[in-house]
Amino acid sequence: MSEAENAAVSRRSLLKMIGTLAGSTAMYNAMTEMGFAQESGYAGPPKLTAPPPGTSVLILGAGIAGCTAAIELRDAGYKVTILEYNNRSGGRNWSLYGGDTYTELGGATQHVQFDPGQYINPGPWRLPHHHYGILHYATRLGVGLEPFQQVNYNAYVHNTTAYGGKPKRYREVQADFHGHVAELLAKTTKQNALDQTVTKEDQEILLEALRAWGALDANMQYVKGRQTSNRRGPVVDDGGGLASLPTYSEPDTLSTVLNSYMWRAIGWGHDYEYQTSIFQPKGGMGQIGLAFGRELAPLIKYNCKVIDIHQDDKSVTATYVDSQKGGAPQKVTADWCVCTIPASVLSQIPMNVSAKKKAAINVIPYGAGLKVGLQMKRRFWEEDERIYGGLTYTNQPNAMIGYPMWDYFSRGKGVLLGAYVMGQGAFLFASKPPEQRIADCLEYGEKVHPGQYKANYECGVAVAWHRVPWTLGCSGQWSEENRAAHYDDLCALDGRIVLAGEHASRLPAWQEGAVTSATDAITRLHQRVVGA
Amino acid sequence: MRTPLAAAAAIISVAAVAGARADTAQDMGAGAMNRSPPYNFQGGEAVFKNICQGCHMANAQGAVGAGAYPALARNAKLEVAGYPVAVIVHGQKAMPAFGGLLNDQQIADVVNYVRTHFGNNYKDKVTPADVKAQR
Repeated sequence: MSEAENAAVSRRSLLKMIGTLAGSTAMYNAMTEMGFAQESGYAGPPKLTAPPPGTSVLILGAGIAGCTAAIELRDAGYKVTILEYNNRSGGRNWSLYGGDTYTELGGATQHVQFDPGQYINPGPWRLPHHHYGILHYATRLGVGLEPFQQVNYNAYVHNTTAYGGKPKRYREVQADFHGHVAELLAKTTKQNALDQTVTKEDQEILLEALRAWGALDANMQYVKGRQTSNRRGPVVDDGGGLASLPTYSEPDTLSTVLNSYMWRAIGWGHDYEYQTSIFQPKGGMGQIGLAFGRELAPLIKYNCKVIDIHQDDKSVTATYVDSQKGGAPQKVTADWCVCTIPASVLSQIPMNVSAKKKAAINVIPYGAGLKVGLQMKRRFWEEDERIYGGLTYTNQPNAMIGYPMWDYFSRGKGVLLGAYVMGQGAFLFASKPPEQRIADCLEYGEKVHPGQYKANYECGVAVAWHRVPWTLGCSGQWSEENRAAHYDDLCALDGRIVLAGEHASRLPAWQEGAVTSATDAITRLHQRVVGA
Repeated sequence: MRTPLAAAAAIISVAAVAGARADTAQDMGAGAMNRSPPYNFQGGEAVFKNICQGCHMANAQGAVGAGAYPALARNAKLEVAGYPVAVIVHGQKAMPAFGGLLNDQQIADVVNYVRTHFGNNYKDKVTPADVKAQR
């Protein structure tokens, strides 16, 4: 940092910057409950005693919540029947493979052309290490797990309006930001500006910590040299013999770093849900749902569209039609019902529950989301750019590029996640036909990997969650006000019916929410059964 | 033709069941470089084609899966203009609220557009002031 810049960075601007950072963190947390650090609260599978012989439970939905409920109730001795709208188990736990066909609302049909071994997860794709519930079932069902990389220091941060649109390595962005902040704070400390808040003894420790954290030199400065190149990488990697000379890289200035806005990209991996270790099922997230389906095969009836749910003081009856062919309505009756149908769909199905329960079901909007899978004929990100898994962040509408986190160095093809967009931006993608979503994402990717992205593209698939026929959105969105007013009513046992799913959890959009919701729901249901 | 009182009641009931404020800026959260794209669409047709047709479809016919998106085409519920205004501002059931994403003019424009297209032919116009009154 030059002397001129030193002078320019007043205490006021430092505090403003720190305030901005603190504010942005607070804003991130407030913006979406997904960002909150939430413990799963999973204490192992429920310990259910044997119910009265012949007690039956009807489960609506063979997603993660429905299958969790089914496997535990079956094991306890209940007679379980599951109705599922799709022709497969898993629900939003779903992977698309070559040969799959997906028809979205509006009729657009995509025939997935991926090569064998390639896939995309349109829905969830991460299993945080503390999501004990979903990890329990993955391991119980024999689904292999492998590491998911949330943070790849060698992937990119890209801003079309910074550095001439040239992507920067994540490593450089983080090192420069941390380094400059450390230097500023060290300077402030030495100027006695922190005397009011930090004791003299603690200031000594703070300076030592800042040197280590920010890669500062002996003069407490973040400057070109061995320390900083150890963080942000050298120009040329060190090697052996006479061919190797040290080549320290030049850090960007504080002002450049701030104005690039790339510091926005270094927060995500710090959040609880995104901290190492994270896992993914080998062969696609959908392997968990499919394994559940195999385990519960005799209990699941597929292609059932529920059109009415009715309870009396003795039983619950669901009326359904064939979701593919229609035809005459059929009925199935059981003593109890665990309903995991998303609130977006359930709010449209007649069901005699309390007014409070109905109000709770009706108050949950379902969010927009987009994922795009793009098969590339060559793993150019690995072979040319040494990016192995992880994510690149861009300010373009696709938001991210995800690199496949399996088959590294395979020298074969790979499927990129060409977009992962939630919220406001995702509405706009849902309004476009699938081929346009893909075409747009190819343009965005070309800006990050020029000359390679479009040239290597072979085929793709785009899933906009508001067009998914069986959820009408990606997940339930609770405002704090609505949760305070309605959440308990949503989860309460209502006569013989209890609801479960990510929408009935404090981990919305996470599979762990579905597992813990189902675990809690069937525990309460069972208490009612054995207590009755 | 419904009475003004009935129309007002319909509007109030919609507002009562909605109330979800999932309509503020929805970014990706920590770690995202991109910020929510501005919803600066001009005119009702542009609003419809960029946002509404994502669910209600390009021909406004809606769609049916496990649940359904209602058709806006030839929809008698659009007769009382305050009804679609309330639904857009506050959301309804699974439909997110757009009151925080679209301004009064945009909501008035898209309501006027839908009420005069897709087989709808309602002559009275919604003004931005009408939208503002429902916020």
